[in-house]
Amino acid sequence: MSSKKYANEKGLNMKFAVVVFPGSNCDGDMYYAIKDELSAEVSYVWHTETNLDKYDAIMIPGGFSYGDYLRCGAIAAYSPIISAIKKAAENGKIVLGICNGFQILTEIGLLPGALLRNKNMKFICKMSTLVVENSNTIFTNKYENKENVTFAIAHGEGNYYCDDKTLEKLKSNNRIIFTYKNNPNGSLENIAGIVNEKGNVLGMMPHPERVVNNFMGYDCGLRLFKSILERSIDV
Amino acid sequence: MYSPSEIEEQKIYEHMGMTDEEFILVKKILKRQPNYTEIGLFSVMWSEHCSYKNSKVLLRKFPITGEHVLQGPGEGAGIVDIGDNLAVCFKIESHNHPSAIEPFQGAATGVGGIIRDVFSMGAKPIALLNSLRFGELDNERTKYIFENVVAGIAHYGNCIGIPTIGGEISFDDCYKGNPLVNAMCVGIINHKDIKQGKAHGIGNSVMYVGADTGRDGIHGATFASEELTDKSEKKRPSVQVGDPFIEKLLLEACLEVIKHPALVGIQDMGAAGLISSSSEMASKAGMGIELYLDDVPQRERDMTAYEMMLSESQERMLLVIEKGFELEIKSIFEKYGLYAVVIGKVTDTKNITIYHKGEVMADVPADALASDAPVYHKKSNVPTYYKEYENLDTTPNIIEDYTKTLIDLLKSETIASKEWIYSQYDYMVGTNTVKGPGASAGIVRIRGTKKALSITTDCNARYVYLDPYIGGKIAVAEAARNIVATGATPLAITDNLNFGNPEIPEIFWQMEQSTDGISEACKFLGTPVISGNVSLYNERSGTAIYPTPTIGMVGLIKDTKCITSSTFITEGDAIFIIGETFSEFGGSELQKLQNNGKIFGRPPRIDLEIELRNQSLVLKEIESGIINSATDVSEGGFIVSICESLFGTKFGANIELDSPILMFSESQSRFIVTVSKENKEFFENKYNVAFLGYVNNTGILEVFNIETKQNIINIEVKNFEKVWRNSIEQMIR
Amino acid sequence: MKKVKIYVTLRESILDPAGNAVKDSLHKLGHKYVKDARIGKFIQLELEDTNNIDEKIKDMCEKLLSNTVIEDYSYSID
Repeated sequence: MSSKKYANEKGLNMKFAVVVFPGSNCDGDMYYAIKDELSAEVSYVWHTETNLDKYDAIMIPGGFSYGDYLRCGAIAAYSPIISAIKKAAENGKIVLGICNGFQILTEIGLLPGALLRNKNMKFICKMSTLVVENSNTIFTNKYENKENVTFAIAHGEGNYYCDDKTLEKLKSNNRIIFTYKNNPNGSLENIAGIVNEKGNVLGMMPHPERVVNNFMGYDCGLRLFKSILERSIDV
Repeated sequence: MYSPSEIEEQKIYEHMGMTDEEFILVKKILKRQPNYTEIGLFSVMWSEHCSYKNSKVLLRKFPITGEHVLQGPGEGAGIVDIGDNLAVCFKIESHNHPSAIEPFQGAATGVGGIIRDVFSMGAKPIALLNSLRFGELDNERTKYIFENVVAGIAHYGNCIGIPTIGGEISFDDCYKGNPLVNAMCVGIINHKDIKQGKAHGIGNSVMYVGADTGRDGIHGATFASEELTDKSEKKRPSVQVGDPFIEKLLLEACLEVIKHPALVGIQDMGAAGLISSSSEMASKAGMGIELYLDDVPQRERDMTAYEMMLSESQERMLLVIEKGFELEIKSIFEKYGLYAVVIGKVTDTKNITIYHKGEVMADVPADALASDAPVYHKKSNVPTYYKEYENLDTTPNIIEDYTKTLIDLLKSETIASKEWIYSQYDYMVGTNTVKGPGASAGIVRIRGTKKALSITTDCNARYVYLDPYIGGKIAVAEAARNIVATGATPLAITDNLNFGNPEIPEIFWQMEQSTDGISEACKFLGTPVISGNVSLYNERSGTAIYPTPTIGMVGLIKDTKCITSSTFITEGDAIFIIGETFSEFGGSELQKLQNNGKIFGRPPRIDLEIELRNQSLVLKEIESGIINSATDVSEGGFIVSICESLFGTKFGANIELDSPILMFSESQSRFIVTVSKENKEFFENKYNVAFLGYVNNTGILEVFNIETKQNIINIEVKNFEKVWRNSIEQMIR
Repeated sequence: MKKVKIYVTLRESILDPAGNAVKDSLHKLGHKYVKDARIGKFIQLELEDTNNIDEKIKDMCEKLLSNTVIEDYSYSID
């Protein structure tokens, strides 16, 4: 099936919100990935909004919210919309944080750990091979377990860190969703993406929205969005 | 503060870079002695950086019109029509001197400035490129400058979220004390949204938007118009610090304001900040402007009128708004947490009148500042080196080991992979990038259409140094070749003329000759000059850089289907070279390699008719689907082009040739293309092209000398790809 | 053995974008009385050789630890 009309033809009518903070810069990429490649319903939501009730999935895009000043995501963590995001997560709605979005999710405590500066102290932009460590989630059900997929990475602070106890919990609950095949940034245990305990909040440094059409080099990211969409039938 | 008579008697103006004659001219214009603020305004507006007083005579020669040109030079950026009511807006600009002093912030604010130029026209920036020049990477200072320039560009571009999709970098000793940092920005605009920096309508409000004003970079424009000396580092006023976060907000807010009917004019506060934007906007509209400096948002205490007018604080714009709509405009900026303050109004006096603390601090004609700067035609003289080089033999030394020579070339700074650099740039943000950095041109699609833009920067300054006239022509032709190889039709250029001190006749000769060459090539290839920038005094303690007139070119790809790979794509394809190869080694990579970094002689010749013919051939057969991959031949010769076509693929190639030394020749107007086996006969019968060999799946590059019946190169591609890929990183360590 | 605490800050006249963002954010959290915020670096060194200690620190600060084009430094010795 042509992915262009994917959502329509499957009768999927999930409503996506793309949260925009001052300094977000992958908001458009996320918006168009959902709109153009899946034809699903999607809206931008400015960070001053306090209600996300009408949306089914909350996307927190990449970028440099508040210039990444002080710490990545630290200032965004006090935006008015944050309490609505927390509420959505609590109510079991889908929350996906990509790159800066992942950093924000750790700052507001929806996901454990923190993102440190890349090991080589430099921003890294390239395609990176990931391993799908858990395909039994609402985000990854269209992938095979242990499948290798190529996503884009573009970050200066993507070096995932957490304490031993947290790592143990992440591992035993299968909450590590993606790992890097060739660790680019020094992340603990090659971690590229993790979910919360309930499994409805995913944070990841790599960008699925940058690999949704072959002209971008790859389209491996499309299946992540399709996983979310089709899961909505079951909910 | 000096009184008007003290300024004249003590020649205070000289410290501001102004000559006695210029001071007399100011007195004549004002019909009185200027006060301290006024002489500051004149000195900065009449600096080369703002007035182009030494280069204007040369810039006038450029072709600046064409059927697609919607906006030529003179505004923030030039604009070219690309159909569907869309247009492409672009410009290149230098930040050389600031980058020599504080490389990180210098480069970062250079990127910020060129982005503002583009969105001040109403365009949405979609791509950035950089043309960089450094000394050889053999000393700590150069490595420091290099690493920090790259980090500064990355910092600004990545944060604001505009992809850096290409550019070029080369290394020569002459740039050691004076690196070049030229940044280019490309935007997309709807015809109806095109805005100009004009202050029309008596009584309309002049609004200040963006960041606060501090004492940043006062006299930065004058500074850019002087030679660097070891003292410059101490003399430098406060370095401007860029804030890409604020600029991102300013960008969003301005693109919203552009659509508002009450917006009359908009201009970036770039070099010479408030005075250049206000006087230029007034002058272009034939109006005057009154400014009330007490209302200017200030970051530092006790700023004087002089300081506020000359400050080069970043991320600020000047707007002219129809009277009565100030609050509406203000609310747009407030949404983004930015100031929008009325600081003046449009008048019919044709003067810039500045009020501060209840006093008139300056009252001078806008035209005198913005457009009536003196124009100089400097003396020109043929340099002795040029005469000496005329009859020098440039035949290379005999090569014993071709493999070793090829590897040495591949790891030379200029040819080696620039991945270490561009992997620090976000080249994908915006999800329009079809081809990122690493190829000779970057490509971005235009969302919602079948079209794409192919964008490049180019200048082989060694050729320009050896023969500025030929080198100028080659810079344009090579840029066009880069564009054509991707399947695009060249549209127009922007140029960044980087030279030494124009007061030296031999330097001015370089300027004259190279701009003549650029003009001729632009006319011939149908690519008018729609914007540009001049950077002079690029010298350090008396040593000038190579003349480096960088060309930024944009081409249109009508259908993304026509986008052509620069690397080989199919096993069995026939490899052809288009264009004749001569024994031409003046200024070549091989010459530099064999002569301890020295270059001499004359550069390769160029015949623009042949250039155009070869480019048309390539474009036609790309569009017809005959050509499968294409790349231009440049530094290092065609064997380097073939290597680069193999890198990143699993292929190999077997090449047959008769005089092997010519594989390193840098003759012009050449392409390496591949066509499928089935089309080989058709292609070689139809065109005067030379067959070189086939793409195969061996993963080995084999070069066979037909005359000696010997294999002169036979190596695994992945082995020397590694050398090419890791070379820069190894030099940095 | 001496402990040296070095503070590197942007020179007073230099714009501090990160400091500004922090100040604005503190204002939004209700701390309106914050007049200015400047962000710097704190570096702690342990020195074995303490002869001419001031000269040594000055050399380290001006050559490496601070960028004197845009930054100032100060230090204390414990």
